[in-house]
Amino acid sequence: MIKVEGLTKRYARHVAVDHISFEVTKGQIVGFLGPNGAGKTTTMRMLTCFMPPTEGSAEVAGFDVQQNPMEVKRRIGYLPETPPVYPEMEVAEYLDFVARIKNIPKAGRQQRINQVMERCAVADVRNKEIGKLSKGYRQRVGLAQAIIHNPDVLILDEPTAGLDPHQIMETRDLIKELAGEHTIILSTHILPEVEQICERVVIIAKGKLVATDTVENLTRGLRGAEIVALEVMGGDESVIRERLERIAGVSKVTLKEPAGGPAHGMLRLTIEGDKAQNVRPELARAIVESGWQLNELHGMSMSLEEIFLELTGDKTEVSADAAEAPGAAL
Amino acid sequence: MNIITICKKELNSYFRSPIAYGVMGFFALVTGYFFYAAVVFFVNRSLEAAMQGQSQPMNVDEWVVRNVLSNISVVCLFLIPMMTMRIFAEEKRTGTIELLVTSPLHDFEIIIGKWLGALTLYACLLGLSAVNMLTLYAYGTPDWRPLAVGYLGLLLQGGALLAVGTFISSTTKNQIVAGVAGFCVCLLLWVLDWVSSFEASALNKVISYLSVVSHFESFSKGVIDSKDVIYYISMIVLGLFLTARSMESMRWRA
Repeated sequence: MIKVEGLTKRYARHVAVDHISFEVTKGQIVGFLGPNGAGKTTTMRMLTCFMPPTEGSAEVAGFDVQQNPMEVKRRIGYLPETPPVYPEMEVAEYLDFVARIKNIPKAGRQQRINQVMERCAVADVRNKEIGKLSKGYRQRVGLAQAIIHNPDVLILDEPTAGLDPHQIMETRDLIKELAGEHTIILSTHILPEVEQICERVVIIAKGKLVATDTVENLTRGLRGAEIVALEVMGGDESVIRERLERIAGVSKVTLKEPAGGPAHGMLRLTIEGDKAQNVRPELARAIVESGWQLNELHGMSMSLEEIFLELTGDKTEVSADAAEAPGAAL
Repeated sequence: MNIITICKKELNSYFRSPIAYGVMGFFALVTGYFFYAAVVFFVNRSLEAAMQGQSQPMNVDEWVVRNVLSNISVVCLFLIPMMTMRIFAEEKRTGTIELLVTSPLHDFEIIIGKWLGALTLYACLLGLSAVNMLTLYAYGTPDWRPLAVGYLGLLLQGGALLAVGTFISSTTKNQIVAGVAGFCVCLLLWVLDWVSSFEASALNKVISYLSVVSHFESFSKGVIDSKDVIYYISMIVLGLFLTARSMESMRWRA
């Protein structure tokens, strides 16, 4: 459905997008992941024919963005980072305007407008001025605008940015619902979002493609070791450590300070073990046999965030992003 | 038709904001005053002429219509930047330009639609001033043809300045910058005419030819001069063409 080959956007002083290539098949939801300024928006703008690429080509539904922009535009619904709404217009009136410029024929136009208003849950504010709506509603009006002409491809630039946690959930659900009918590319710098919504991830950093794969493959492929979190009480730190390190398959034991300092002699440990050997039963046995108290033991899978850090090697930016993102339950 | 859709949307946003009402109110006030002053002046002069025993009656078209139309043409120079300043700058600032550009629309449809919207608002302004003129028919029989030609001239002049204003607005994200720059350009295009009175050198002639106001003169007399029509039309085409180039460059750089 989407085919990008060697796509490059060069400005006078820097390269915003550097030879990116990827493909998206019909009906997929693809997450476009990268820190701020990685070139996500620029790539999306080239796909939507907002700006021409400096080099390379992009094809949407079989049409080249440079040779056949009109055909591409007819098949793409685009929601930019700030919803492109006219604050002085009423919701229904705005959607009518969009329907007209997207060339929806008069017969069935009103019906289609009602449909998308129901779909995006904005029917109850149809006669309100958009400027007076909350950010969440405005975002949904923006989504309604993007799907009104029933496009093959939906491109959503940070669809949940700046929403409160409840609105983020609503928007994610809506996007998941839409997935059946459209091929969706959405950009985000919030990692859990990708894990929740997307089937595939395209990771870019500093304009370059870092990885493109399914979420599972990425998590599996990069995880060399099994990681287990432990909470133990009733023993001396060094003794516990020494005992656990003796277990076959355990390669590393690290102490994690509990939040608010060590309380009641409770220790939190992270253990790295060999993937092939399941170290968990052995750990439990060792602790119990030594007479300590085992409070918690669970396996941790490598999160997309860790993958991201490993791939981009850019720790500061991502953690800052994650911290500022509301509702990013990390 | 896409152009009509855009044009309607533009008019809609003019009339949803205070711009249209402010401009129309101010315009109605000023033209009403000009009209009143011209009529009073005309009445006084005709009385004087009658007392001095001049047999020829004074011409309403020459004394009232022409003066008022010339004044309107200058007032418009100041109002037009207010009408065009938001035309593209606002869409660029709020990001709605992305909706227009990524919709299956040609650039020229967007530009002409927007320009036509502004021109329609401008025609409404002229319509307001025409109400004054109609009262003349209640008391006399002025010739309608010079009046019609005068309004045609105003429409052409307005169209040309609106095209220039549209271009200026497309170069910036800031409405105020667009407004001030548009105002400066309009002012410049007006005062260029003054040099023609200094001496008749070739340079002065060229400069004076560029002035919008000098081309309105023959229209105000009821004369359609092809030279002036060509001037206005080429200015409209140039303004809209530059807007198209500016939109294109925005896409390359933005």
